[in-house]
Amino acid sequence: MKRFDNELNAGSMADIAFLLLIFFLVATTIDVDKGITVKLPPWTEEDDTIILNQSNVFSVKVNGNDELLVRGELVNVSKLKERTIEFILNPDQRPEMSSSPKKALVSLQNDRETSYETYISVYNELKAAYNSIWEEEALKRYGKTYENLIIAEKKAIRKDFPLVISEAEPTDFALK
Amino acid sequence: MANLKSKAKRSHPTISTASLPDIIFILLFFFMVVAIIKEDNLLVKIIPPQATELNKLNRHDEINHIYIGEPTNRQVGTAPRIQLNDAFAEMNDIQRFIAGNPRKYSTTLHVDKQVTMGIITDVKTELRRANALKVHYASKKKVEQE
Repeated sequence: MKRFDNELNAGSMADIAFLLLIFFLVATTIDVDKGITVKLPPWTEEDDTIILNQSNVFSVKVNGNDELLVRGELVNVSKLKERTIEFILNPDQRPEMSSSPKKALVSLQNDRETSYETYISVYNELKAAYNSIWEEEALKRYGKTYENLIIAEKKAIRKDFPLVISEAEPTDFALK
Repeated sequence: MANLKSKAKRSHPTISTASLPDIIFILLFFFMVVAIIKEDNLLVKIIPPQATELNKLNRHDEINHIYIGEPTNRQVGTAPRIQLNDAFAEMNDIQRFIAGNPRKYSTTLHVDKQVTMGIITDVKTELRRANALKVHYASKKKVEQE
Protein backbone atom coordinates (compact mmCIF):
# COMPACT_ATOMS: atom_id res chain seq x y z
CA MET A 1 0.00 0.00 0.00
CA LYS A 2 1.36 3.39 -0.84
CA ARG A 3 1.87 5.53 2.20
CA PHE A 4 0.70 9.05 1.66
CA ASP A 5 3.27 11.60 2.53
CA ASN A 6 1.54 14.00 4.90
CA GLU A 7 4.07 16.78 4.62
CA LEU A 8 3.25 19.83 2.57
CA ASN A 9 5.92 20.55 0.02
CA ALA A 10 7.16 23.90 1.25
CA GLY A 11 9.10 24.73 -1.92
CA SER A 12 6.08 26.18 -3.67
CA MET A 13 5.29 28.43 -0.71
CA ALA A 14 8.52 30.23 -1.48
CA ASP A 15 7.35 30.76 -5.05
CA ILE A 16 4.10 32.34 -3.85
CA ALA A 17 6.06 34.60 -1.58
CA PHE A 18 8.40 35.59 -4.43
CA LEU A 19 5.41 36.51 -6.57
CA LEU A 20 4.00 38.78 -3.89
CA LEU A 21 7.40 40.33 -3.37
CA ILE A 22 7.87 41.06 -7.05
CA PHE A 23 4.41 42.61 -7.17
CA PHE A 24 5.37 44.95 -4.37
CA LEU A 25 8.71 45.81 -5.93
CA VAL A 26 6.99 46.75 -9.14
CA ALA A 27 4.01 48.62 -7.73
CA THR A 28 5.67 50.73 -5.09
CA THR A 29 8.61 52.99 -4.63
CA ILE A 30 10.93 53.57 -1.73
CA ASP A 31 11.72 56.89 -3.32
CA VAL A 32 12.17 59.49 -0.67
CA ASP A 33 11.22 62.60 -2.50
CA LYS A 34 14.46 64.54 -2.40
CA GLY A 35 14.99 67.95 -3.82
CA ILE A 36 15.36 71.65 -3.23
CA THR A 37 12.60 73.37 -1.28
CA VAL A 38 11.80 76.98 -1.98
CA LYS A 39 9.15 79.34 -0.76
CA LEU A 40 7.58 81.34 -3.56
CA PRO A 41 6.73 84.97 -2.91
CA PRO A 42 2.99 85.71 -2.67
CA TRP A 43 1.34 86.87 -5.83
CA THR A 44 0.93 90.60 -6.26
CA GLU A 45 -0.59 92.40 -9.17
CA GLU A 46 1.96 95.16 -9.01
CA ASP A 47 5.22 95.04 -10.82
CA ASP A 48 7.94 94.70 -8.23
CA THR A 49 11.08 95.05 -10.27
CA ILE A 50 14.10 96.05 -8.27
CA ILE A 51 16.77 98.38 -9.51
CA LEU A 52 19.71 96.22 -10.33
CA ASN A 53 22.77 98.35 -9.85
CA GLN A 54 22.60 98.79 -6.14
CA SER A 55 25.63 97.61 -4.25
CA ASN A 56 23.50 95.31 -2.09
CA VAL A 57 22.11 93.37 -5.01
CA PHE A 58 23.91 90.35 -6.44
CA SER A 59 22.47 89.94 -9.88
CA VAL A 60 22.66 86.57 -11.62
CA LYS A 61 21.32 86.35 -15.14
CA VAL A 62 21.09 83.19 -17.21
CA ASN A 63 20.44 83.30 -20.93
CA GLY A 64 18.91 80.81 -23.32
CA ASN A 65 22.29 79.20 -23.93
CA ASP A 66 22.72 78.43 -20.23
CA GLU A 67 25.47 81.01 -19.79
CA LEU A 68 25.70 83.02 -16.61
CA LEU A 69 26.18 86.74 -16.26
CA VAL A 70 27.04 87.50 -12.65
CA ARG A 71 26.99 91.27 -12.00
CA GLY A 72 27.79 91.84 -15.65
CA GLU A 73 30.59 89.30 -15.83
CA LEU A 74 30.57 85.95 -17.63
CA VAL A 75 31.11 83.32 -14.96
CA ASN A 76 31.06 79.52 -14.82
CA VAL A 77 28.53 77.86 -12.53
CA SER A 78 31.31 76.26 -10.52
CA LYS A 79 32.54 79.69 -9.44
CA LEU A 80 29.11 80.94 -8.46
CA LYS A 81 29.14 79.65 -4.91
CA GLU A 82 32.39 81.32 -3.87
CA ARG A 83 31.40 84.57 -5.57
CA THR A 84 28.10 84.60 -3.72
CA ILE A 85 29.78 83.95 -0.39
CA GLU A 86 32.33 86.68 -1.08
CA PHE A 87 29.54 89.09 -1.93
CA ILE A 88 27.43 88.35 1.13
CA LEU A 89 30.22 88.33 3.68
CA ASN A 90 32.26 91.06 1.99
CA PRO A 91 35.34 90.39 4.14
CA ASP A 92 37.36 93.22 2.61
CA GLN A 93 34.51 95.68 3.13
CA ARG A 94 34.45 96.61 -0.54
CA PRO A 95 31.93 99.36 -1.29
CA GLU A 96 30.55 97.65 -4.39
CA MET A 97 29.65 94.55 -2.41
CA SER A 98 27.00 94.14 0.26
CA SER A 99 27.17 96.58 3.13
CA SER A 100 25.96 93.89 5.52
CA PRO A 101 24.79 90.28 5.11
CA LYS A 102 21.40 91.35 6.42
CA LYS A 103 20.91 93.66 3.47
CA ALA A 104 22.36 91.38 0.79
CA LEU A 105 19.90 90.34 -1.87
CA VAL A 106 20.31 87.92 -4.75
CA SER A 107 18.37 88.62 -7.88
CA LEU A 108 17.98 85.81 -10.39
CA GLN A 109 16.73 86.21 -13.91
CA ASN A 110 16.43 83.46 -16.50
CA ASP A 111 15.40 83.38 -20.12
CA ARG A 112 12.43 81.34 -21.22
CA GLU A 113 14.84 79.12 -23.10
CA THR A 114 17.13 78.42 -20.15
CA SER A 115 17.22 74.72 -19.43
CA TYR A 116 15.77 73.53 -16.12
CA GLU A 117 19.01 71.69 -15.43
CA THR A 118 20.97 74.93 -15.47
CA TYR A 119 18.34 76.70 -13.41
CA ILE A 120 18.55 74.02 -10.75
CA SER A 121 22.33 74.01 -10.70
CA VAL A 122 22.39 77.82 -10.35
CA TYR A 123 19.78 77.71 -7.58
CA ASN A 124 21.71 74.86 -6.00
CA GLU A 125 24.93 76.89 -5.94
CA LEU A 126 23.16 79.90 -4.43
CA LYS A 127 21.59 77.73 -1.76
CA ALA A 128 24.92 76.01 -1.18
CA ALA A 129 26.53 79.41 -0.61
CA TYR A 130 23.99 80.27 2.08
CA ASN A 131 24.17 76.80 3.62
CA SER A 132 27.91 77.07 3.95
CA ILE A 133 27.64 80.56 5.49
CA TRP A 134 25.07 79.26 7.99
CA GLU A 135 27.22 76.21 8.72
CA GLU A 136 30.26 78.40 9.46
CA GLU A 137 28.17 80.70 11.63
CA ALA A 138 26.69 77.76 13.54
CA LEU A 139 30.15 76.46 14.35
CA LYS A 140 31.37 79.91 15.32
CA ARG A 141 28.46 80.80 17.57
CA TYR A 142 27.38 77.50 19.04
CA GLY A 143 30.13 75.02 18.25
CA LYS A 144 27.69 72.65 16.56
CA THR A 145 26.81 71.97 12.94
CA TYR A 146 23.79 73.83 11.57
CA GLU A 147 21.61 70.72 11.52
CA ASN A 148 22.17 70.09 15.20
CA LEU A 149 20.93 73.48 16.28
CA ILE A 150 17.56 74.02 17.86
CA ILE A 151 15.03 76.01 15.88
CA ALA A 152 15.55 79.23 17.82
CA GLU A 153 19.29 79.17 17.13
CA LYS A 154 18.71 78.45 13.45
CA LYS A 155 16.27 81.35 13.27
CA ALA A 156 18.82 83.65 14.88
CA ILE A 157 21.43 82.77 12.27
CA ARG A 158 18.94 83.06 9.43
CA LYS A 159 17.91 86.46 10.70
CA ASP A 160 21.45 87.75 10.37
CA PHE A 161 22.07 86.02 7.05
CA PRO A 162 18.67 85.95 5.36
CA LEU A 163 18.24 83.91 2.22
CA VAL A 164 16.53 86.26 -0.21
CA ILE A 165 16.58 85.12 -3.81
CA SER A 166 14.32 87.34 -5.84
CA GLU A 167 13.33 85.84 -9.18
CA ALA A 168 12.48 88.22 -11.95
CA GLU A 169 10.17 87.59 -14.88
CA PRO A 170 12.19 85.63 -17.46
CA THR A 171 13.42 87.37 -20.58
CA ASP A 172 12.07 86.24 -23.89
CA PHE A 173 14.72 86.74 -26.54
CA ALA A 174 13.89 83.68 -28.62
CA LEU A 175 13.02 84.32 -32.24
CA LYS A 176 9.37 83.50 -32.77
CA MET B 1 13.86 -4.71 -0.41
CA ALA B 2 15.90 -3.38 2.45
CA ASN B 3 18.34 -1.79 0.02
CA LEU B 4 15.54 -0.06 -1.86
CA LYS B 5 14.12 1.37 1.33
CA SER B 6 17.43 2.85 2.51
CA LYS B 7 18.09 4.25 -0.97
CA ALA B 8 14.67 5.92 -0.96
CA LYS B 9 15.35 7.33 2.47
CA ARG B 10 18.70 8.85 1.46
CA SER B 11 17.26 10.64 -1.60
CA HIS B 12 15.00 12.83 0.61
CA PRO B 13 17.05 15.78 1.85
CA THR B 14 16.99 16.17 5.60
CA ILE B 15 17.08 19.99 5.46
CA SER B 16 13.55 21.23 5.95
CA THR B 17 12.62 23.83 3.34
CA ALA B 18 9.63 25.02 5.33
CA SER B 19 11.49 28.07 6.62
CA LEU B 20 12.44 29.38 3.15
CA PRO B 21 9.15 31.18 2.59
CA ASP B 22 9.46 32.71 6.05
CA ILE B 23 12.63 34.46 4.96
CA ILE B 24 10.85 35.76 1.88
CA PHE B 25 7.90 36.91 3.99
CA ILE B 26 10.27 38.91 6.18
CA LEU B 27 11.58 40.70 3.10
CA LEU B 28 8.04 41.22 1.92
CA PHE B 29 6.88 42.77 5.18
CA PHE B 30 9.90 45.03 5.14
CA PHE B 31 8.89 46.32 1.72
CA MET B 32 5.27 46.69 2.74
CA VAL B 33 6.22 48.87 5.65
CA VAL B 34 8.82 50.99 3.92
CA ALA B 35 7.34 51.48 0.51
CA ILE B 36 4.75 53.93 -0.70
CA ILE B 37 2.16 52.90 -3.23
CA LYS B 38 2.87 54.94 -6.35
CA GLU B 39 -0.46 56.41 -7.28
CA ASP B 40 0.56 58.20 -10.43
CA ASN B 41 1.49 56.66 -13.72
CA LEU B 42 4.06 58.80 -15.40
CA LEU B 43 2.75 59.93 -18.75
CA VAL B 44 5.78 62.08 -19.33
CA LYS B 45 9.46 61.26 -19.51
CA ILE B 46 11.32 62.72 -16.61
CA ILE B 47 15.05 62.68 -15.96
CA PRO B 48 15.49 64.82 -12.85
CA PRO B 49 18.41 67.25 -12.56
CA GLN B 50 21.17 66.74 -10.01
CA ALA B 51 21.75 68.91 -6.99
CA THR B 52 23.62 68.84 -3.72
CA GLU B 53 21.48 70.94 -1.39
CA LEU B 54 18.69 68.47 -0.94
CA ASN B 55 15.90 68.29 1.62
CA LYS B 56 13.85 65.19 2.20
CA LEU B 57 10.10 65.39 2.19
CA ASN B 58 8.33 63.07 4.58
CA ARG B 59 4.61 63.83 4.55
CA HIS B 60 3.68 62.07 1.33
CA ASP B 61 -0.05 62.39 1.70
CA GLU B 62 0.14 66.17 2.02
CA ILE B 63 1.97 66.83 -1.24
CA ASN B 64 0.62 67.73 -4.65
CA HIS B 65 2.60 66.33 -7.54
CA ILE B 66 3.07 68.12 -10.82
CA TYR B 67 5.01 66.39 -13.58
CA ILE B 68 6.40 68.31 -16.53
CA GLY B 69 8.18 66.72 -19.44
CA GLU B 70 7.89 65.27 -22.90
CA PRO B 71 5.05 62.79 -23.23
CA THR B 72 6.11 59.15 -23.39
CA ASN B 73 3.50 58.52 -26.06
CA ARG B 74 4.93 60.30 -29.09
CA GLN B 75 1.55 60.56 -30.75
CA VAL B 76 0.59 63.31 -28.35
CA GLY B 77 3.48 65.42 -29.54
CA THR B 78 6.97 66.19 -28.34
CA ALA B 79 6.37 69.52 -26.62
CA PRO B 80 6.59 69.36 -22.83
CA ARG B 81 3.23 68.78 -21.16
CA ILE B 82 1.99 69.17 -17.62
CA GLN B 83 0.66 66.16 -15.81
CA LEU B 84 -1.37 66.69 -12.64
CA ASN B 85 -1.63 63.47 -10.65
CA ASP B 86 -2.45 61.08 -13.45
CA ALA B 87 -3.76 63.01 -16.41
CA PHE B 88 -2.53 65.68 -18.74
CA ALA B 89 -3.58 69.20 -17.94
CA GLU B 90 -3.16 72.73 -19.17
CA MET B 91 -1.82 75.81 -17.43
CA ASN B 92 -5.22 77.12 -16.37
CA ASP B 93 -6.13 73.82 -14.69
CA ILE B 94 -3.45 74.32 -12.07
CA GLN B 95 -5.30 76.79 -9.86
CA ARG B 96 -8.37 74.57 -9.78
CA PHE B 97 -6.18 71.57 -9.05
CA ILE B 98 -4.59 73.30 -6.04
CA ALA B 99 -7.93 74.59 -4.77
CA GLY B 100 -9.41 71.11 -5.09
CA ASN B 101 -6.85 69.63 -2.69
CA PRO B 102 -6.93 71.88 0.37
CA ARG B 103 -5.29 69.39 2.71
CA LYS B 104 -2.06 69.41 0.77
CA TYR B 105 0.36 72.05 1.89
CA SER B 106 3.26 71.59 -0.45
CA THR B 107 3.77 71.05 -4.17
CA THR B 108 6.51 68.99 -5.75
CA LEU B 109 7.58 69.79 -9.27
CA HIS B 110 9.00 66.77 -11.05
CA VAL B 111 10.52 68.27 -14.14
CA ASP B 112 12.69 66.77 -16.84
CA LYS B 113 16.06 68.47 -16.90
CA GLN B 114 15.76 69.53 -20.53
CA VAL B 115 12.50 71.44 -20.16
CA THR B 116 12.97 75.17 -20.66
CA MET B 117 12.18 77.76 -18.02
CA GLY B 118 9.28 79.36 -19.90
CA ILE B 119 6.72 76.71 -19.02
CA ILE B 120 8.10 76.34 -15.50
CA THR B 121 7.86 80.05 -14.76
CA ASP B 122 4.25 80.03 -15.93
CA VAL B 123 3.51 77.07 -13.67
CA LYS B 124 5.14 78.87 -10.74
CA THR B 125 3.06 81.97 -11.45
CA GLU B 126 -0.08 79.84 -11.38
CA LEU B 127 1.04 78.33 -8.08
CA ARG B 128 1.61 81.79 -6.65
CA ARG B 129 -1.87 82.83 -7.73
CA ALA B 130 -3.28 79.73 -6.08
CA ASN B 131 -1.29 80.57 -2.95
CA ALA B 132 0.60 77.28 -3.04
CA LEU B 133 3.86 78.84 -2.00
CA LYS B 134 5.75 75.83 -0.66
CA VAL B 135 7.39 74.38 -3.69
CA HIS B 136 9.88 71.54 -3.97
CA TYR B 137 12.01 70.85 -7.03
CA ALA B 138 12.58 67.12 -7.23
CA SER B 139 16.20 66.29 -7.96
CA LYS B 140 18.72 63.52 -7.64
CA LYS B 141 21.73 63.63 -5.41
CA LYS B 142 24.67 64.88 -7.38
CA VAL B 143 27.29 62.19 -7.80
CA GLU B 144 30.68 63.68 -7.02
CA GLN B 145 33.01 63.28 -9.96
CA GLU B 146 36.62 62.98 -8.96
